[in-house]
Amino acid sequence: MTNSQHSTGHYLLEAHNLNIYYGTHKAVADVQFNVERHKITAIIGPSGCGKSTVLRAFNRMNDFVPTCRVEGDVLLDGQNLYAPDVDPVEVRKRIGMVFQKPNPFPKTIYENVAWGARINGFKGNMDELVESALRGAVVWDDVKDNLHKSGLSLSGGQQQRLCIARALAVQPEVILMDEPCSSLDPIATLKIEELMRELKERYTIVIVTHNMQQAARVSDTTAMMMLTDDRQSGTVIEVNETNTIFTRPKDQRTEDYVTGRFG
Amino acid sequence: MNTHSSTLSARHRIGKFWQMLLAAATIVGILSLIVLIYNVVNEAAGLAVIQYSVDPKLVLPKPLDELTNEEMIAAIEENLSKGAYQRANTDQPFNTRTKSELTKFVQERVLEEEVKGTWSLTDSLFKADQIRADAAKNYPKARLEFRQWLTLDFITQPMSSNPLYSGIRTAILGSFFVIVLTIVIAFPVGVGAAIYLEEYAGHHWFNRIIQTNIDNLAGVPSIVYGMLGLAIFVRALEPFTSGAIFGILDSNGRTIISAALTMALLILPLIIINGQEAIRAVPNSLRQASYGLGATRWETIWHHVLPNSLPGILTGTILAISRAIGETAPLIIVGASTFIAFDPNGLFAKFTVLPIQIYNFTQQPQDEYRNLAAAAILVLLVLLLALNSMAIFLRNRFSNRL
Amino acid sequence: MTLQTEAAAAPRLTSERPQNFYGRTSLSKRPRPLESLIQSFLFLCGALSIATTLGIVYVLGQESLQFFTNPEVSLTEFFFTTYWQPEAGEYGIWALANSTFITSLIAMCVAVPFGLGAAVYLSEYASPHARNFLKPTLEILAGVPTVVYGYFALTFITPILRAVFGVETVEIYNMASAGLVMGIMILPLISSMSEDALHAVPRSLREAAFGLGATRFEVSTQVVAPAALSGVTAAFILGVSRAVGETMIVAIAAGSGSLFTFNPFKAAETMTGYIARLSGGDVSYASLQYQSIFAVGLMLFLVTLVLNIISRRIVARFREVYE
Ligand SMILES: Nc1ncnc2c1ncn2[C@@H]1O[C@H](COP(=O)(O)OP(=O)(O)O)[C@@H](O)[C@H]1O
Ligand SMILES: [Mg+2]
Repeated sequence: MTNSQHSTGHYLLEAHNLNIYYGTHKAVADVQFNVERHKITAIIGPSGCGKSTVLRAFNRMNDFVPTCRVEGDVLLDGQNLYAPDVDPVEVRKRIGMVFQKPNPFPKTIYENVAWGARINGFKGNMDELVESALRGAVVWDDVKDNLHKSGLSLSGGQQQRLCIARALAVQPEVILMDEPCSSLDPIATLKIEELMRELKERYTIVIVTHNMQQAARVSDTTAMMMLTDDRQSGTVIEVNETNTIFTRPKDQRTEDYVTGRFG
Repeated sequence: MNTHSSTLSARHRIGKFWQMLLAAATIVGILSLIVLIYNVVNEAAGLAVIQYSVDPKLVLPKPLDELTNEEMIAAIEENLSKGAYQRANTDQPFNTRTKSELTKFVQERVLEEEVKGTWSLTDSLFKADQIRADAAKNYPKARLEFRQWLTLDFITQPMSSNPLYSGIRTAILGSFFVIVLTIVIAFPVGVGAAIYLEEYAGHHWFNRIIQTNIDNLAGVPSIVYGMLGLAIFVRALEPFTSGAIFGILDSNGRTIISAALTMALLILPLIIINGQEAIRAVPNSLRQASYGLGATRWETIWHHVLPNSLPGILTGTILAISRAIGETAPLIIVGASTFIAFDPNGLFAKFTVLPIQIYNFTQQPQDEYRNLAAAAILVLLVLLLALNSMAIFLRNRFSNRL
Repeated sequence: MTLQTEAAAAPRLTSERPQNFYGRTSLSKRPRPLESLIQSFLFLCGALSIATTLGIVYVLGQESLQFFTNPEVSLTEFFFTTYWQPEAGEYGIWALANSTFITSLIAMCVAVPFGLGAAVYLSEYASPHARNFLKPTLEILAGVPTVVYGYFALTFITPILRAVFGVETVEIYNMASAGLVMGIMILPLISSMSEDALHAVPRSLREAAFGLGATRFEVSTQVVAPAALSGVTAAFILGVSRAVGETMIVAIAAGSGSLFTFNPFKAAETMTGYIARLSGGDVSYASLQYQSIFAVGLMLFLVTLVLNIISRRIVARFREVYE
C-alpha cells in the first residue's frame, strides 16, 4: 500500500491530510481523524461545514460528483481507498451507506434487501439472509407479513430501517450514516438510535448528525467539524471521546457549539 | 378623479377586447384541426357516377342482375383472355364463388366499370337532387351510387390501376415493415446513447460535442436525411442494401432496409433526447442507494435507472415512431416505389408506405384519387391516434410511481 | 485518543478480518469485461450521431463540389441569378430560394400572430381547466403528418382561395395555399415555445405590475411579453427553420417548375420541392441534375442549421436570465 506508513494498524478507518475540492472551492481542508472498530463515531458541526463531504469520501461516493476532487488518504484496514489500483465498487461493498432521506428502491421489501447481496455474488439461502438482515435492522416484525409489498409502502422510519437492513445484507464492515434521522419523527428516531447501539456489536458505524443530543446519546467518539477562519473550508477541529467533547472540550469553538452559543 | 375612472374603464374595455382576440387566436388552431378532419371525412365518402366502359348489351345475354352463376362464368370465359381466365380461376375457382363475388368480377373485368366523377359527402347530402340531374344529363348510361371509399377491401386489397379497386394493402404492409425495422435499429442505439450521455459522459469536450450535435441533428430537415440515405444506403452500400451480397439479384438499393436505416437516423435524435429526459427524471437517491451497496455502474443502470425510466423512454419512442410513420419526404428521396402490387417479402424488397401512397394519390389528376387519398389519410390518422393514446396511457399509468 | 482504547483495539485486529460471504479483502480492481464492453457499446451509440453529421456534411459537400466544379455551372450564376432550368443548363438558386422565402413568409404571417396569441391566452388568461383541454388539442395539430397538410392545402385551401380571388388570379398550384397551411403546421410550435417563455417569467414581475394597478392585458403585453421576448424570438426563428425545411406541403400544393415571382398565387417550386420532385423521378446518378439536388440540399442544410443554432443560443441565454 502506498501510504501504509501512516497506518498505525489500530484503527479501522483513518483519514490523513484529507482535502476535498468542488471545482476550485476547497470544501474540506486538512482533515485528520480515525475511526475505531465496533465504535460509533459521530461527526458533528454546523450546516455546510463539510460533514457529508467527509463521510462520502469514506466510501468514494464523491466519485459521482464530477467536480469533486479528493486529496490525501483514507485507509481501510491500512489499505488506501484512493490508491490508483483500488476499485471503488469493492470499497462500497465493505463500507455501506445509509442516506439522509430514506431511499428504498421501488421494488418489494424482499427485493430491496436481497438485491445488494445478489449482485455481490451471494450464493447461500437468500430467505435466511433477508430475514436476518431485516431482524438485524429491527424491522422484521413490521414487515414479515408483507415482504412482497413495495418498499415505498412503509412509513418513513420503517423505510429507513429497511435501508439499513439493505446495507446489512451486503455484510459490510463499516456503515456510514448521513443524518439518518433528520427526516424522521422522534419515535422513529429513537428506534434507529437503539438499533445503532445493537449494530455496533458487529459493525463499525460513522454517523453524521447536526443533532448534538443525538451524538451525545449514541456515539462513543465524536469529531467536531467547523469552518476555518477564512469561512471557506471545513475541517475537524477536535476528536475525542463523546463524553469529553460534551463536558470538557479542549477547543473554545467546540465548547461554544455544544453549549449552543454558536450555530 | 373623474378622468382617472373613465380612463380606467376604457383600459378595461381595451383589455376585454384583446382578451377576445387572444381567445380567438387560440381557437384558430383548434378550428384548423376540426376543418382539416372534416375535409378528410368529407372526401372519404359521397356520390360517384360509375359507368361500364364495355356496353353490357354487347357482352352479356341478359342484364347483369338477371344472370345465373353459370351464365356469368360463361360470359367471363368468353370475354377474358385464356391466360387471364385461368389465372383468376387458380386464385379461386369460379364455380366456388358466390353470386355477389361473380357479379363483382364481371363488373370489374368484363364490363370494366370506371368512375366518371365523384362528389364530397356534404354535396352528396345537401345537393343530391342537382347531382342526380347533372349525372343523368352528362352520363346517361352511368349509374350514380353512394360510395364509401374507406372499405375493408380498400385496406386489404393491393394496388390496382383502376381506382375503384385500388387498395393500400401493400402500403400498410410496407409501413409496418419499415417501422418495425426502424424501431429494431433505432431503439437500442437511441437508448444506448441516452444512457451514455446521462450516466457515463463526463464534462469532456467530446461529450459536449456529442450533446450539441444531437440537438442540432434534431432540427435538420427530414429531406436532408433522405439525401443522406440516398447517397449512403441506396448508392454506396448498394451491394448490401439491395441484398446482392446475400444472393438477391433482382433489386437495387431502394429497399426496405435502406428506408429503415434512413428513418432510424431521422428519429434517433428524438429517441435520445426523450430518453435523456426520462433518465434524468430518475431520482439520484436511487443511484446513490445502489452504488452504496457496492453495485457497479451498469448494475445500477440495468436494475434501477432503466426500469424506472422505461415508461418515459417508451413514451418518447412511441412519439418518435408516430413521427416516422407520417414521414414522407425522406422516403421519396430514398426511392419508395409509387406502384407495387406485391406484398413486401423481406428486408431487400422494394417498398411503398402509407404516406407515399397518399402523396401518390394527390399527384393523380382524376377526382376519385382525391377520395382515395382521403380514405388513406383516415387510416393513417387512426393509426397515429392509436399510437398517441398508447403514449398518453403509458405516461399516465406510470407518471406517479416514483 | 486515550491509551486504553488503542490497547483494546489492537489485539482484535486479526480475528476481525471480514467474515462476509464474498470473502475478499483486497480492494484492488477486478476485471469487469462485461462492464467495459457495455461502456464501449454505449459510447459508440453516442458517437454514431457524430458519424451521422459527418455523413450529411460529406455527402452534401462532395456532390455539391462536383456540381460547382462542373464547367457548366458557375458560382456567380448559382448565387446571383434567378433562372433555374436544369434542362437548359441554368442554375440560379434564387428562383428556388425566392419561393422558399415567400412560402415561409406567408407561413410566419399565419403562425406568429395566432401562435403568439394562443400562447399569451393559454399562459395569462385561460383557466387551468381550459388549458388542459386547449393545450393537448394544439399538440395534436403538431402531430399531423405533413402529407396530410399538403392534401388539406390542395383540396381545401386552394379551392377557397380560387373562389375568393378568382380562378384567373389563383393558379391550382400556388405558393399562398402552401404557405397558409404551413403556417397552421408551425402554429403549435410557436405557441408552445412562446408559452414556455412566458411561463418562465417570474410571478413577482407580474405581481409588481398588478400592484401598480395595471390591467391583466397591460401586464401581459407590457410586462410579461417583453420579458419573454427573447424566448419568443427563439420560437420564431425555429419556426422559420421548420418552414424552410418543410417539403411535403409545398411538393403537393405549391406546384412544380421553378419560377422567380413574388406573386403568391402563382405556382413556383421551392428548394425542398425541387429536391423531392427530382429525386422522385428517374435521374441518373452521375448527372449534373442529380448533383444539383445536393447543392440545393447543402444550402438548405446550412440555412436551417444556422437558424437552429441561433434559436438554441437565445433559449439558453434566456434560461440563464431566469433560472
Ligand atoms: N455537489 C456539490 N457541488 C459543489 N459544492 C458542494 C457539493 N456538495 C457540497 N458542496 C459544498 O461543500 C460544502 C460542504 O457541504 P456538505 O458536505 O454538504 O456540508 P454539511 O453536510 O456539513 O452540511 C458546502 O459549502 C457546500 O456548498
Ligand atoms: Mg450534509
